[in-house]
Amino acid sequence: MEILIALSIGILTGGGIFLTLKSRIFSVVLGLMMLSYAVNLFLFSMGRLSINKAAILKDGVQNYADPLPQALVLTAIVISFGMTAFLIVLSLRAKKELGSDHIDGQVDTKNGDKN
Amino acid sequence: MSQLVILPILIPLFSSMLILFAKMLNHKTQQTLSFLALFFLNVVNIMALFAVLKNHTLVYQMGNWIAPYGITFVLDYLSVTMLLVTSILSLGSLWYGVKLKIDGDGVNFHVLFQLLIFGINGAFLTGDVFNLFVFFEVLLLSSYALALHGNGKLRVRFGMHYMVINLVGSTLFLFAVGALYGILGTLNIADMALKVSQLTPDNQGVVASAGLLLLLVFGLKAAMFPLYFWLPGTYANTSAPVAAMFAIMTKIGIYSIIRVHGTIFGDLAGELSYYYIPWILGLGIVTLILSTVGIMSAKNLKTQVAYFVLSSAATLQISIGINSPIALSSTIFYLIQSTFVAAGFFLLSDTLTILRGEYKDYIKSSPIFKKRVYIGSIFFAYAIAITGMPPLSGFLAKSMILYAGLESSHMSLIYSSILITSFFMIISLTRAGSTIFYNVIEDKKHLEKNVTKSTIHPIIYFLITSVLMVLFANYITAFTDKISTQIFDVKGYIQSVLGVSL
Repeated sequence: MEILIALSIGILTGGGIFLTLKSRIFSVVLGLMMLSYAVNLFLFSMGRLSINKAAILKDGVQNYADPLPQALVLTAIVISFGMTAFLIVLSLRAKKELGSDHIDGQVDTKNGDKN
Repeated sequence: MSQLVILPILIPLFSSMLILFAKMLNHKTQQTLSFLALFFLNVVNIMALFAVLKNHTLVYQMGNWIAPYGITFVLDYLSVTMLLVTSILSLGSLWYGVKLKIDGDGVNFHVLFQLLIFGINGAFLTGDVFNLFVFFEVLLLSSYALALHGNGKLRVRFGMHYMVINLVGSTLFLFAVGALYGILGTLNIADMALKVSQLTPDNQGVVASAGLLLLLVFGLKAAMFPLYFWLPGTYANTSAPVAAMFAIMTKIGIYSIIRVHGTIFGDLAGELSYYYIPWILGLGIVTLILSTVGIMSAKNLKTQVAYFVLSSAATLQISIGINSPIALSSTIFYLIQSTFVAAGFFLLSDTLTILRGEYKDYIKSSPIFKKRVYIGSIFFAYAIAITGMPPLSGFLAKSMILYAGLESSHMSLIYSSILITSFFMIISLTRAGSTIFYNVIEDKKHLEKNVTKSTIHPIIYFLITSVLMVLFANYITAFTDKISTQIFDVKGYIQSVLGVSL
């Protein structure tokens, strides 16, 4: 399980960074979303990966799962959700005002980059 | 438990809701409510100042949850200073925005303005790293919207850059916080400082790298090299009251470094004690040099002022890098004065843009424009204050930092970088001022645009703070000395937050 989680975090982060560095707004938005998924998984695993641990207080139970990372992930999800919504609206406006979906607002040319 | 600590957060939050509903009435009501909220905020902050002078540290446990488990708000000398700077700054910015009717360009200016203050105040008061992240997001989200306030292609373009880089920064913040929590098992700053002091050697590497990742995030806010490229474009192209308000934004990064790193990796941290200092000193010097290059190459005044904000943040980074109580005291003094002066300078360059019509704020000759002598004199005063020449506050602040630098082992580096860059700053502002105000095209028709006298009042308001900081420098430095003593007393901070005795 550890390897699987570590690999997913790594791949999501790598893909997120790669897409964020692209020059089109849509890829950047996708990249940021992937980065936020990666960080959610990372936060979640910071409570240690464990099986068969109680999540709710109960008499006679000794081992509990750490509840705090779950609360943190929940907050992080909500925030990244709002931010993504805002970013999409902003990119739509940028597309309308700048006439291009390039991150620097450059108008497309014939031999422009095709990223 | 005194409720005073939470009030600077609650007032802007509730007033923003009120203002949102007041939209149904009319614009005038929104303005009145916004000013009333800021007035109350100032009163509360002054009350908080007196409370801190009496009790030194006020700790507020949210919902009465005991310290490491609940969220703690801490009001001490440093946070009350930052709160006061924010409320005084926002009063001046809003004043200018309302006078020039910039607040009418978009629907929810006042709501977003109050929410921005809500986020900033929360960031200054919280004693919990994750809560700091949440307040960062609050202030960032309102700042994204405020940066786009009004219209303009450039505003959208640079607003986009600003937002994307800060979203990446937020992700890194979460990675750093997660890694720190994974090792230390707590998010309360005081408790983290305690846990770091008991750290086993095999965990030190992870904590150190997470701490540096956190420094990267705060460095992004404080526009540290190589993460400053978003700043000049965003600041120079947004509307004037927002740009003035953003003068505090880089200082939030500086504050977070002082608060979080200064406490967690402070005296108690054993081998990790102040391990981040060389980074911040080195990167600060690089940022200062590059910002001076930006100041010299700027084609318009607003970009130049944006680079001045960058240079002041860089000077603050250097003076944190000196790492002594005297240096920290002068850091705070420089922080206060540079915020006000930069904000006022933004407003001044905006007024100049209006007066010069099609010539805008480009540093090139224009025909004679209205109020040239009046604005020129204020420009002269601001140039003196921002470059750090006597007799205004910039000089005092810079000489205090240089004095503190005497004890540093990197003295020659600090002295040469600060003094040489100051020299080039003086040259560039001299060039800008003489081109705009003296080298006018006399044979062309005079420019007709004018502004009312009351437009200039907010600009003078910020200039007066600079003068007052010189007149009362003795009292202010006595106060900043208290701040630095308190920051370096990590034990005292832990004791008052956690209620344990070490």
